[in-house]
Amino acid sequence: MVTVKDVEHIAKLARLEFSEEEKQKFTHQLNRILEYVEKLNQLDTATVEPLSHVIDLQNRMRDDVVRPGLTAEEALMNAPAKTDKFFKVPKTVKGEEGG
Amino acid sequence: MSQHRPYEPVIGLEVHAQLLTRSKAFCSCSTEFGNDPNSNVCPVCLGLPGVLPVLNARVVEFVIRMGLATHCTIARKSVFARKNYFYPDLPKGYQISQYEDPICTDGFVEIELEDGSKKNIGITRIHMEEDAGKSIHDLDVDTLVDVNRCGVPLIEIVSKPDLRSPHEAYQYLSAMKQIVTYLGICDGNMEEGSLRCDANVSVRPVGSVTLGTKTELKNLNSFRFVEKALQYEINRQIALLESGGQVVQETLLWNPDQGVAIPMRSKEEAHDYRYFPEPDLVPVLVPEEQIESVRKTLPEFPMARRDRYIAEYSLPKYDADILTESRDLAEYFEATVRALKRRNPETAKMASNWTMTDVLRVVRERHIEIRDFPIQPERLAGMIDLIADGTISSKIAKDLFEEMLASGDHPGIIVKAKGLVQVSDEGAIERAVAEVLEKNPEQVLKYKSGKHQVFGYFVGETMKIMKGKANPKLVNDILKKKLES
Amino acid sequence: MTKTFGRIKADLRSGAASCESITMEYLGSAESGRRYNAFLSLFAEKAVARAREIDRKLKAGTAGPLAGMVVAVKDVISLKGERVTCGSKILEDFVAPYDATVIERLIAADAVIIGKTNMDEFAMGSSTENSAFGRTKLPQDEDRVPGGSSGGSAVAVKAGMCTTALGTDTGGSIRQPASFTGVVGLKPTYGRVSRYGLVAFASSFDQIGPFALTARDAATVLRVIAGRDERDATSADVPVPDYEKALTGDVRGVTIGIPKEYYGEALDPAIRAGVEKGIEALKAGGAKVREVSLPHTDYTIAAYYILATAEASSNLARYDGARYGYRAKDVRDLTEMYTRSRSEGFGAEVKRRIMLGTYVLSAGYYDAYYRKGQKVRRLIQNDFLEAFKSVDCLVTPTSPSTAFKAGEKIDDPLQMYLSDIYTTSANLAGIPGISIPCGADKQGLPIGLQILGKHFDEATILRVADFLETCNM
Repeated sequence: MVTVKDVEHIAKLARLEFSEEEKQKFTHQLNRILEYVEKLNQLDTATVEPLSHVIDLQNRMRDDVVRPGLTAEEALMNAPAKTDKFFKVPKTVKGEEGG
Repeated sequence: MSQHRPYEPVIGLEVHAQLLTRSKAFCSCSTEFGNDPNSNVCPVCLGLPGVLPVLNARVVEFVIRMGLATHCTIARKSVFARKNYFYPDLPKGYQISQYEDPICTDGFVEIELEDGSKKNIGITRIHMEEDAGKSIHDLDVDTLVDVNRCGVPLIEIVSKPDLRSPHEAYQYLSAMKQIVTYLGICDGNMEEGSLRCDANVSVRPVGSVTLGTKTELKNLNSFRFVEKALQYEINRQIALLESGGQVVQETLLWNPDQGVAIPMRSKEEAHDYRYFPEPDLVPVLVPEEQIESVRKTLPEFPMARRDRYIAEYSLPKYDADILTESRDLAEYFEATVRALKRRNPETAKMASNWTMTDVLRVVRERHIEIRDFPIQPERLAGMIDLIADGTISSKIAKDLFEEMLASGDHPGIIVKAKGLVQVSDEGAIERAVAEVLEKNPEQVLKYKSGKHQVFGYFVGETMKIMKGKANPKLVNDILKKKLES
Repeated sequence: MTKTFGRIKADLRSGAASCESITMEYLGSAESGRRYNAFLSLFAEKAVARAREIDRKLKAGTAGPLAGMVVAVKDVISLKGERVTCGSKILEDFVAPYDATVIERLIAADAVIIGKTNMDEFAMGSSTENSAFGRTKLPQDEDRVPGGSSGGSAVAVKAGMCTTALGTDTGGSIRQPASFTGVVGLKPTYGRVSRYGLVAFASSFDQIGPFALTARDAATVLRVIAGRDERDATSADVPVPDYEKALTGDVRGVTIGIPKEYYGEALDPAIRAGVEKGIEALKAGGAKVREVSLPHTDYTIAAYYILATAEASSNLARYDGARYGYRAKDVRDLTEMYTRSRSEGFGAEVKRRIMLGTYVLSAGYYDAYYRKGQKVRRLIQNDFLEAFKSVDCLVTPTSPSTAFKAGEKIDDPLQMYLSDIYTTSANLAGIPGISIPCGADKQGLPIGLQILGKHFDEATILRVADFLETCNM
């Protein structure tokens, strides 16, 4: 069972926010969907290899060659905010975002 | 530090090395530094909607080199994964990395301890990943983002918690630097961020086999303060335990200016990276033949090379250590020795002396790389040959060296053109000596009365007449013979 | 104007039409059919200029294979210098600085690109109601939906606003709207067509494919856009055949499988009747027909929604207001910028899927959901590989219903998801599928018949589809 608190936690991870009403609705809908996908547990998959790629391909690589990309102007053309040749974003509250 | 006796530190390092590829890991943008912000970018590394990554083959080659150099098992099949988190310098909202199936596992690196003994430090894994961009935070209201560095290839080398002191950690880090630079896969420059280091640190009572609670110490990005930072954290943890407190598992950021480690405020979800296999990239398969062909290109490593110098050239350990510090320097020295006409411990030592002192001095003065040093090893060897066969004196060789630096000419040509050839014609020296003695009868008397210190004066005067080119040994011999006859 | 490409080429040869006149005609239809809201942008001037250029090439005898074809493109595919909104407020003003590979190939073949079509936001939906720019209406009954997510492209073809259109299919987003609107819609094998420039919803499922009036036109477009692309590591190296040559009008020697799980109790009787008529026609044409089983069919939707939403949650992380796209006003710090930009910029369905996908990947749940889903995905693919040992292709209904009323399912996501029940399996398995019109129900709403084929064997499903078209159903 997903609770409103779980929804709040997931929302934080996904950088989304919801009104109290939306949270209730999402909790309900997520639970319905999760209940539905529970049916997968009817299947014994202990010996089944997970499938990540439907087509069996490997070693698709490129040579280490430099090719021209975009100019800084093109790179910044869709930027909501910029300064000189930088993208501009609001300051980070220290330690709050990061890998 | 007696209070530390009951505790021993347990340290594991995570080292990131930036690979020296021409283009980025997953797109064809240049990896060059110092360009204008957001100029080495394309739709792929900008993370624009609709783009796809394509792996740079050289990244795989480089990481296999590293894996083999550190005795790792190279995975026949490895896959990429997405590490999901939000940060302004991470344009896609995830970093392409490896998680469940890294390309290298289970290796080790040999380090030398203070007492000269050797110790193997285990390596858990080495994996490929992409670098993030750069955020500039030093403004009050805004953060500025430059995407140039996004997608530059990195390898992350994760050690086992085998390090038992800050000094061992330093030695391990030095070994890492030496290996990556020897392999030519990274320039090893910590100060410029090509080599970065985070540490996992815990302490436990000596004799205990269980691990204490660890903290993660980030930003140990200089050889200058790695030991200091680790010692700080070890002391902090011991002090905590001794005062009855407990170590809290947390991430600390080393502040080199203040000499303290500051806890990073982190929310619990900041660490839920939601790794899953990267669907846009296919598995990397490394066949046995590829591993073998890479193995053939591996250089001889510093410790092996050093031991060989001692055995083969009878060099002192001191010389061998310095010469093998970098691959370029070792190769310069070896090329010099190979080019010598007469190769023996004496000439090898001469080659060592010239390389360690004069060559390195010029390299430092001019801030150049060994490979850009103007005198080719063959020319330096030619000069040493001239000293060894008595054509020139060591003193003249110093001048010759400067001439070679300036003109780049062959030593033989310079010696001829400038008339630097040493005069070993005994008749000529005898004539000069006779002239000097004849002109200085008083000094001769002094010498004969036992005041041997005037001998130097006679040598100087003789050399003056010979314009400095006389073979000094012959001058000495002839003077002695004449004065004592 | 609803003309096949064959007719257009004949008109060009006879001089009855020029590329320019054809383009003008389509632009006229697009204008008069504005109320369907099929297009998000029209490139009237550019298209006409381009058509003139192609007319010159036709005269000079240097025109490419698609000269005379006017193509609409789902607004999830990048076209340099034009907006690519993905039906989302978050990309409302985003202008693409590069061309998708399919666009490069269409242009190189001398197709005229007429505009970008409406869609469910980020291709998430089955009705084209989830667009930030209003829903697309079914031409046959404007109260109904045209299916989705590529509803705009389906309607553009149906209403004669273009010769063919590109859509994308992640769980049925080409085939289901083709079925609802009564046109042909082809989802190629995963890896057949480059995804470079296709804004990702679920990377291991997404494929670009054509909408057309006939299987032959779909074949013509596929041949141009298919094939290995160095910029897409998941694009396959399999040679691209001349699909049109495969359209022999003959199905003798073809063995067709009827997966029994697709004909259960829940299937609308009118749709069952329509599809069965198609099967009879195939039998009459000399095809062998036999029943097969896809035992894991019942797990398709569950596996699909776990895996697709997980990938989506990661693919949509880049829309954070930092470098492009919508940024919320008056934000005080970075976290607020992320959270408010994303919350204000994404619609409800997109947020729901990001939440579900984030949940299934989050610490402690990965094995129970994501890894489990991947394992079931293999079981589902194995079902198909097993079935294809004894049959050349499978014939099923495309959708369990015909076009439904707008608003009918919008508040019940699970019901909406279940309407993809016959289409998502092809995306899970990576196989190609085509939907073709196959009669109508009592209300005159089109019924779609789906043909599923072996990996990279689009030729066979196109051949069967082409045959069924000649049966005049």
